Amino acid sequence: MKCQRCDKEAHFHITELLGPKPVEIHLCQDCVREYLSESPNEAVAAAGAAASLAQQMLQQMAVSQTAEELEKLDKLSCPVCGITYYQFRTQGRLGCANDYTCFRKELENLLMHIHGETQHCGKRPSRPAKHSELLTSLIRLRREMQEAIAAENYERAGQIRDEIRRIETQVKQNRS
Amino acid sequence: MIVTIDDLLLKRGEWLRGEGPESDIVISTRIRLARNLAEFPFASRASQQDRERIQDIIRQVIRQSPLFEDVLFVEVDKLSELDRQFLVERQLMSREHAEATHPRALVIHPTERFSLMINEEDHLRIQAVQSGLNLEACWQLVNQVDNEIEKHVVYAFDEKLGYLTACPTNAGTGMRVSVMLHMPALAITRQIEKVFRSLQKLSLAVRGLYGEGSQAMGDFYQISNQITLGRSEQEILKNVGDIIPTILNYERQARQFLLKESHDQLYDRISRAYGILRTAQVISSEEAMHLLSSVRMGVSLGLIEDLDIPFINDLFLHTQPAHLQKLVGMELDGNDRNLERAKFLREQLGRRASAGQQKPQ
Repeated sequence: MKCQRCDKEAHFHITELLGPKPVEIHLCQDCVREYLSESPNEAVAAAGAAASLAQQMLQQMAVSQTAEELEKLDKLSCPVCGITYYQFRTQGRLGCANDYTCFRKELENLLMHIHGETQHCGKRPSRPAKHSELLTSLIRLRREMQEAIAAENYERAGQIRDEIRRIETQVKQNRS
Repeated sequence: MIVTIDDLLLKRGEWLRGEGPESDIVISTRIRLARNLAEFPFASRASQQDRERIQDIIRQVIRQSPLFEDVLFVEVDKLSELDRQFLVERQLMSREHAEATHPRALVIHPTERFSLMINEEDHLRIQAVQSGLNLEACWQLVNQVDNEIEKHVVYAFDEKLGYLTACPTNAGTGMRVSVMLHMPALAITRQIEKVFRSLQKLSLAVRGLYGEGSQAMGDFYQISNQITLGRSEQEILKNVGDIIPTILNYERQARQFLLKESHDQLYDRISRAYGILRTAQVISSEEAMHLLSSVRMGVSLGLIEDLDIPFINDLFLHTQPAHLQKLVGMELDGNDRNLERAKFLREQLGRRASAGQQKPQ
């Protein structure tokens, strides 16, 4: 494949994610240097952690994924909080603790990139979290209740509310 | 005992006491822990109700524990802009927390040694501060506050990834250690960039006085860890703690170099700064900080004898826009602030200088 900017052989295949849709770019060794120096790195560095995180992700994913793979990945969504991978990728903030489970593979790559490590060592809560699944389900149920209310499906909202109360009581009883 | 935010005004916050180890250069040691409650979505997906409930849960925790006796619980969204700015200037909360629009709160201990931000980027940001270089004491305190809260709530925690946070840059320990340094000599000798570059290689970040994106006003710099996952809290403390003596040594060497090689110019610079602060009629916050920075160094080096470090630290804070307006007792626009700031500095420094002269030699 030839470089898009000159006639030399393209050795670098970049997926540019800054636009509304991923675009593939193919460049040679000389043009890639020029291309990367055009990137708005300095502006991003000043904009704080969220933006630089997003930047890190963009760079990292640009080398490892094709546009097609990425489009598929972007549509992944968390069943608990509803955030899509695309939303996370563009905002740099996760929607709930369960995202660490449902985007595990991608996040472990990212965490490795940021921290050089993916195994926590250090402080842990003194009591084991017995009900973490129940607590997570509360996040999903509260969201579903809001959605039911928004859709004026009050019967369903009422059912969910009872379910939430049941779980809240259960958690409280087990804790004390 | 503090009842309102204004009760803080005339108190010297922990971070400006000017005491503790290495306090000629190290202003303060600060540690924050990011924590989230397992039963709520993170901030970006939290509803108004979620946020209010999180706030209520933490309010309940505070009522139950003696550690939080006498704390001030502040609903940030109900504060005036001036009050919010005032709390940012005192380093009790972040600018992001001040500027957000959703329900959020701040808990302040009367000593200002710890505070909690509720509904910031994470549900909870627990912060402890110590004057001077005091990493271990700071960790003990923040850890104690964290343990106390954890007795009553379930944190989002993963066996492999540790404490789960809204931004993956904080996952694991959720811990950010920041040491604030006053380094005017490295700035004058233009060596500061070199120090920053070597810190970056060690995965340490450098920021200005008021955190991300803020410029190095008054030659204050915060050095903090970037890695939060895969290292224990003790290792992170050690990573930061190990490098600080080296940086202090650079700054001290630069000061000695200036004293020895360009004594007259240094003494002139410091004396002029002191002179302007005592006589100016109009002065901006930036200029005041810049000049106070020289005076502070002059005091540490014994070139100015009638002032002390805690007093200069107070002036840094009291000449900030919100503090100044509260001291004057009214809201002022930028021009009036510059007039009042100059007047305030003349009064403070004039009073000090005459008191100094009366001392028997």
